[in-house]
Amino acid sequence: MSRRRRPNVRLQAPPAWRARAVLALFGVFAVVLCARAFELQVLDREFLVEEGAKRHLRTIDVPAGRGAIRDRRGEPLALSAPTESVWAVPSAVLEAPERIAPLARRLEMDAGELRQRLAEYRDRQFLYLRRQLSPAQARRVMDLEVPGVFLQREYRRYYPAGEAAAQLVGLTDIDGHGQEGLELALDEALHGEAGSRRVIKDRVGRVVEDLAEFTPPRAGRDIRLTVDLRLQYLAYRELKAAVAQHRADGGVVVMLDPATGEVLALASSPSFNPNSRTSIPTGGLRNRAVTDIFEPGSTIKPLLVARALGSGAYSTASEIETDGGSFRVGRLKVSDFRDYGDVDLAELLSKSSNVAAAKIGLDLGAETVWDTYRDFGLGGVTGIRFPGERYGVLRDFYQWGEIATATAAYGYGVSVTALQLARAYAALADDGRLRDLRLVADGGGPRPVAPENRAVAAGAARTVRELLRGVVAPEGTGSRAEIPGYHVAGKTGTVRKVDTDGYALDRHQALFVGMAPADAPRLVTLVMIDEPRDESHYGGIVAAPVFARVMRDALRMLRVPPDAPERLAYTNPDRGDRS
Amino acid sequence: MTGAGQNRRALLIVVLVLANLVGALAVIQAKHRARELQSELQVLRVERDRLKTEWAQLQLEESAWANPDRVARIARERLDMRQPRHYAVLGETP
Repeated sequence: MSRRRRPNVRLQAPPAWRARAVLALFGVFAVVLCARAFELQVLDREFLVEEGAKRHLRTIDVPAGRGAIRDRRGEPLALSAPTESVWAVPSAVLEAPERIAPLARRLEMDAGELRQRLAEYRDRQFLYLRRQLSPAQARRVMDLEVPGVFLQREYRRYYPAGEAAAQLVGLTDIDGHGQEGLELALDEALHGEAGSRRVIKDRVGRVVEDLAEFTPPRAGRDIRLTVDLRLQYLAYRELKAAVAQHRADGGVVVMLDPATGEVLALASSPSFNPNSRTSIPTGGLRNRAVTDIFEPGSTIKPLLVARALGSGAYSTASEIETDGGSFRVGRLKVSDFRDYGDVDLAELLSKSSNVAAAKIGLDLGAETVWDTYRDFGLGGVTGIRFPGERYGVLRDFYQWGEIATATAAYGYGVSVTALQLARAYAALADDGRLRDLRLVADGGGPRPVAPENRAVAAGAARTVRELLRGVVAPEGTGSRAEIPGYHVAGKTGTVRKVDTDGYALDRHQALFVGMAPADAPRLVTLVMIDEPRDESHYGGIVAAPVFARVMRDALRMLRVPPDAPERLAYTNPDRGDRS
Repeated sequence: MTGAGQNRRALLIVVLVLANLVGALAVIQAKHRARELQSELQVLRVERDRLKTEWAQLQLEESAWANPDRVARIARERLDMRQPRHYAVLGETP
């Protein structure tokens, strides 16, 4: 066949029997295999399944406890306690049908229902009968010694602060994974690492041998918040009372420490009881302070005035004509509550003149107004990284015309969260330094603020605080925010809500944002009441008294020395002996 | 082979057998000890869990008793206390 010759090799055809023999051998093997398979699969099946089921090499999880969430003083806000869950191997329980009724009784279940569930899942090796029983109740169940019934350790989450901090702390699901609020945001740190044991189990699931392989569980870390539970309770209590009194849709109270950017209280209404999963109303899970945006209205004016002062174009002596209480910008008519005549910056704030604010805004120009709000952190991140936190709406200034500039100057066409607005006021309180807000205590003290995070010159911020004292003076719009013994600086706001067809006539948000003591503020508090349905909906009437009550108690609790002690004597607070 | 050599071999075997025996006993002893420790560990785990549960319950109870609303109510109603209208803060503020 080939041209190269191999003279020594002669190919010889193999004898025919060889191929036949090999084939026959294969045939025998195949038959034996089939027979064996038939024997195992069909004849001995039951016996083998039984034998196999007798011994399982199993890895069981050893659950790890979830870390606690505590307030800044160590009080628990969320705590895990061990509980026992009862589970069963259904087929094993069904083999002892007479035990089902007493078992059901101790589990506080219906016997028929239990039997049905066991039958339904009889092919499973694992079925929860009842989850998260107290250890005592679980022991009573186990005392019955029903075969195939076991306990599994699980952790149940408790929320001692209840509804007062419900949206802030959030929730876990029944398996202990964070679902809402801080439970979700801090899940990685809070949840531990489950350990495992390698064991051999018998048919009914008993552990017959504990193999040496053991990975210990790693418990979750405890987290300490900047929130002070006493202040949180206080804020929530007053908020809840005000929402009920004014038949409002809800509300928010935010309290900040301006020197550190720490969030001291963050209350939201309506709330719910986080310890009972069935009671969660629609919308109750929302932490309105971070997820709801609104137009700040008049509460934005101090930011504008601070910039006007900081730019040097205005001083406290500047007078602005208010044109008889209304003036036109294109199609827009800007109007005041009434004609204030010529106003200076102090009156602009204390009377809350829209006309004067719009004029300053137009004078400064769209870019400067936009820049001001940006510098005060509106439309930006606050730093707390809360799930669902929104940035608000601050459109670019080149989309603004004259009208948008004018409305932005008195707080419309711009949307913020309560937390953003409170942070902007904290910057006014801290001489212009815009700090990142903190919700988790990390042990560090106040951090230096980068120069580019200065919202406004220190002098301008101080002057604005001085001017804002006029708002809380007897003739100002926020006179009800007065606190005996302290000078308060703050601003009211009454905002019309947007309906599908423009601004609603009868739906408002009442706002008050303020700080005390005015000279060197220790606390900044924002109060927002959503849709008060009373005879009055003004920020100065609905929100300011809430601010006063919360701040009065908070200042005393934090032992802030009164800066106007002479005013302690003759003021007569309407609820002096309540609290 | 000499008699002395045979004796030495016998001795060696005896020693080895004895060592073997001691070793076997030691294994039994160690196994027993391991089992004891295992069951002690089990008992301690149960005890730890019980204490954990109790600690969690005590903390929950404490926060229920110390709830500021409750404290304020008792102070007002049962102890007839009032909030100070006039006060001065003495010393350093925290």
